[in-house]
Amino acid sequence: MRSSMKGYEPRSSSSCAACKLLKRRCAPTCIFAPYFRSDECKKFAKVHKVFGASNVSKILFEVPEEQREDTVNSLAYEADARLKDPVYGCIGAIALLQTKMVELQHDLALARARLARYSSASAAAAADDSFLSFPSSSIDNSFLPAHVGLPPFPDSSSSCCDVDDGFSSSQVQLSSRHDMMDDFFQTPYIF
Amino acid sequence: MISGRCAACKSQRRKCPPDCIFSPYFPPNDPQRFACVHRIYGCSNVGKMLQQMPVQMRAQAVDTLYMEARWRIEDPVYGCVKLISQLHQNLGDTESELAKVKALIAFHKLQISQVNELHQPNLDASQSNIVEQFQFDYPAQNHYPWFIN
Repeated sequence: MRSSMKGYEPRSSSSCAACKLLKRRCAPTCIFAPYFRSDECKKFAKVHKVFGASNVSKILFEVPEEQREDTVNSLAYEADARLKDPVYGCIGAIALLQTKMVELQHDLALARARLARYSSASAAAAADDSFLSFPSSSIDNSFLPAHVGLPPFPDSSSSCCDVDDGFSSSQVQLSSRHDMMDDFFQTPYIF
Repeated sequence: MISGRCAACKSQRRKCPPDCIFSPYFPPNDPQRFACVHRIYGCSNVGKMLQQMPVQMRAQAVDTLYMEARWRIEDPVYGCVKLISQLHQNLGDTESELAKVKALIAFHKLQISQVNELHQPNLDASQSNIVEQFQFDYPAQNHYPWFIN
């Protein structure tokens, strides 16, 4: 009987995290409800703080329904990155990853050059000793693809040609973020 | 005075005060810059972010906000996170490749040392234990966290 009283609305016990934070009734058609469960208040709080609920709902309405979960997850990741690093956000993470890629590619080039030397030396040694039971086919480079298939990469220093016996990982000092920012004004190289 | 408003105040149709927090970073001759940032983050959120950081960092912050906003506009589903995911993937592939090459080098070194032993059995211990001196640096799995499934 109380429910028939005018103006009475039963409190919803299944409000999504967004509607809980925004202190509003969670409608059955709430755009946030499928992606911000009621126990994910922190997730929505971060997204709301960086992007704003209104902007998030506009983005979600723009994308097809089947892609909304991925959209929310990527927004949550970006928001988290921005809150941890208010100046650089995701760009800082990209810069670090690309620096690491430069180092790894340098190490890989050195390793391949060294492998080429050892490979020819061991083939010569095995050929001289025909009584050895090591089959030359054991020198198997077949699982070493000729092309790694990495995306186009900015030119690293030419020091990879200076082969020495140690794997001298280039101690690429993370240049000042100020300098690095200039590199990222271009379209990302990955595309 | 209407002329001389920054792009943010023009967009918001308000007076641009002398101490406008946006005016150093959103010049009136580049309205698209503020439009992108406003579309994704909102004017109010950007203002709050700028107020909370030192003045000397604000220019960089606006640049990165603009870049991320542009990526999000071009790809509303993944934004710049797609690039991060691809970089993680490429790093993992390169680390695997490096590990394979190092394993091959160790194999060849072993082969050479065994051949040398057969020819010169009185080699020094240091020369016959080349492989033991070789350090493997297998990359730790999950060294770089995956953020996209």
